[in-house]
Amino acid sequence: MTRGQAIGRLALRRLAFAVPVLLVVSFALFVLAKASPFDPIERYFGVRIIGASPERVAQLRANWGVDEPVVSQYWAWLRHAVTGDLGDSLSLQQPVSAVIGDRLGWTVLLVSVGFTLALVLGLLLGTLAAWRQGSWLDRSITGGCYALEAAPVFWVGLAVLYVFALQLRWLPGGGVTTGSEPVSAGGVAAHLVLPVAVLAISQAPWFVLFVRQNLLESFTQDHVIGARARGLPDHLVVSGHALRTSLLPFLTLLGARLPELITGALLVETVFSWPGIARATVEAALNVDFALLGALTVMATGVVLVGNLLADVLYALADPRVALDG
Amino acid sequence: MRRALLLAVVLLAGCSSPDGSTTGPATSIVIGAGSEPENLNPVLGYAPDGAAKIFDGLVSRDASLALKPALAQELPTASADGLTWTAKLRKDITFSDGSPLTADDVVFTYRSVVDKKVNSTIASRFDALAGVVAKDPATVEFTLSYPYAPFAQQLALGIVPAARLTGTDINSAPFNTAPVGTGPYTVETWRKGDRMVLKANEKYWGGAPAIKSVTVVFVPDDNARATRMAAGEFDGTVLPPKLAQTYRDRSGYKIVRNPSADYRGLGIPSELPFTSSPQVRRAINLGINRQAMIDAVLAGSGKPASTPISPYLKDWYDEKTAFTFDVAEAEKLLDEAGWRKGADGKRAKDGQAAKLPVLYPAPDVLRKELALAAASDIAKLGIDAPVEATTFDIMLQRRKEAASVWGGGDPYDPDTAAYTLLHSKYAGQDGYVNMTLYKNSTVDTALDTARRSLDPATRKQAYHDFQEAYAADPGWAFLVFLDHTYVVRDRWNGQETQVEPHDHGLVHAVWWNLERWTPKP
Repeated sequence: MTRGQAIGRLALRRLAFAVPVLLVVSFALFVLAKASPFDPIERYFGVRIIGASPERVAQLRANWGVDEPVVSQYWAWLRHAVTGDLGDSLSLQQPVSAVIGDRLGWTVLLVSVGFTLALVLGLLLGTLAAWRQGSWLDRSITGGCYALEAAPVFWVGLAVLYVFALQLRWLPGGGVTTGSEPVSAGGVAAHLVLPVAVLAISQAPWFVLFVRQNLLESFTQDHVIGARARGLPDHLVVSGHALRTSLLPFLTLLGARLPELITGALLVETVFSWPGIARATVEAALNVDFALLGALTVMATGVVLVGNLLADVLYALADPRVALDG
Repeated sequence: MRRALLLAVVLLAGCSSPDGSTTGPATSIVIGAGSEPENLNPVLGYAPDGAAKIFDGLVSRDASLALKPALAQELPTASADGLTWTAKLRKDITFSDGSPLTADDVVFTYRSVVDKKVNSTIASRFDALAGVVAKDPATVEFTLSYPYAPFAQQLALGIVPAARLTGTDINSAPFNTAPVGTGPYTVETWRKGDRMVLKANEKYWGGAPAIKSVTVVFVPDDNARATRMAAGEFDGTVLPPKLAQTYRDRSGYKIVRNPSADYRGLGIPSELPFTSSPQVRRAINLGINRQAMIDAVLAGSGKPASTPISPYLKDWYDEKTAFTFDVAEAEKLLDEAGWRKGADGKRAKDGQAAKLPVLYPAPDVLRKELALAAASDIAKLGIDAPVEATTFDIMLQRRKEAASVWGGGDPYDPDTAAYTLLHSKYAGQDGYVNMTLYKNSTVDTALDTARRSLDPATRKQAYHDFQEAYAADPGWAFLVFLDHTYVVRDRWNGQETQVEPHDHGLVHAVWWNLERWTPKP
């Protein structure tokens, strides 16, 4: 069996394993949502619940089947979901597919650009900091990272909004277009800068510190010491010898940071009124909107599973010593 | 280094970016809204009190909230027994897709609202409705199961075109986000979570609006909205009073403070032994310093509340029944009721301590501050009043032993706010009706009379009787009516103050009559 086949088998095995994981996660979600203190009917009515006639409220409970046991609710959802029918979002009065279709593109745009930027920042700054360990550059980079790790994304978002949209007026403060103008590439790019920057600088510190730490460790390893002893230029040793070996665990970190990224995206979308899926997720959770919540959870779980699989495959491709058994 | 990178990115993108403070012609307006509608379908509950922009009802309201005919030729009239209401439709009205409005559309709209399969949040407004039929293409007849005087108030609901919705599942119809109506505006785009763009309906039967384009941007966070308003992105927005104050001296802007019938009140449990006596409940009402609450919590933007009837509703409000802040009288009433102060300053009766827990829903900051203020006033009377954060559900479950901060109210007819809240037939029923289990037969009679009589003088008298009976035996401590504050660029004429209901996002609010605003020369 060649290594390529082995990697293919790994992927297949993981995908097969994903099915029970998705089932368990989605069921757990239904159980959790059911146990939540929020009442979907109450959330649906909002202030109109005050004074609403008890018969009408009871009728809606029956229409929605909210008082049915969680197993039968889950089964009803699953039966339709496997055929591709995701049902209707009760809180948004739209088919779930339409809710996701309207919003997913915007979130993918925000998250992919933000993640890439965070990655580039992480590699660049982490390498710089390790290379000049102990210098003012290193100290300011690591100091800045600790500060950003501690700062809530929400707060960073508002601060950036204040500086760049209000004081300097360089960039629009939210949404994807200005006023009533139609969507255009240039307009979206301008609106993308602040949310992406906030998402990236809130995620980058973890990458920066990780890269720095791993580089510092690899500086003490034989092959790096050997390369230095051979008199190779410093930048070559760092980029060619040290960075390469410390990149491997970095791949794993990427997979592990995905859920954090989704959380970060949610807060960024709220501050910048970005029309993405993350805000709909919170609404779905607060409204105990089973159909929407189920679809979104399966999607998020899928992203995390695929992300981790990709990280492992890349790991295996990068390092022939990595075993593929399990 | 990082800063330099970020700066480079920012500058690069900055080249193609429009300035945030675009000043377009005054025929367009950008509104920053704090909340986004879930849907735009009147059947499901969008804008049931009119000002719907995209739709018209049979009736609409002027600045003083008086009903005037809209899609109806004249105000709908009731038969002598109050059981049959007839509306004649205006001729030559078309929906924005060009199809004509007929009585069938009106019948379809109202039948759908009360349809059991439709998840409408406003169906209970039409509990009295027994049937609706089209007598001819321009006449609609409503039959009621009991005389219901405020029925005409409910006819501001927008009318939907039957042809667009017949045979579809209204609960998830595409119409809910891309509606068609008869109103002054049509929906051009609605990017959920971001913004909605409305375009003037040039063929509007009431005359084409002067403001041709309305962009509503949804920014739920108060601080983010304030920042974007300050950056010049919006022409108007709703802000908490304290944030709005920063515009007081800014030229080109004005602060608008609109009164509302949106009350916050403390529901006092009638079944708790301590508060089962009217004297004790009166004492609590007298011991609360409502004005101090308004000054401290609401930055002055509110009115004291004594009953669910707003002081701005001059037709109904009875100022004699207002509670004035009077600690001495409150202490006297508590003494008379047998709740006497002990050595520690705490009141007790027959070894039972005077205790009233005060609950509020945890996420609501305003209710929290009101709960704390009310509890501190109550504690000053020698009553133990611990404040607890909880959920609506728990507030309802504990309605027999704890007071809770509730809210609601609309300014159109006292019946909607008072009837289900205070009529004893709802005491002990499931749901958010008569949450304090209040029982007073004089109040019941007055509320019934006012609901069933068509004669305005009889109704007025009945509501005065209600307020008098209630003030002698208050089941609540209504605290405040909130004012809603807005900041608007001073570029348009035609704004009029209207007392607002709770809802003040896209509908109602300062832009309730946006279609009649005109750009300043």
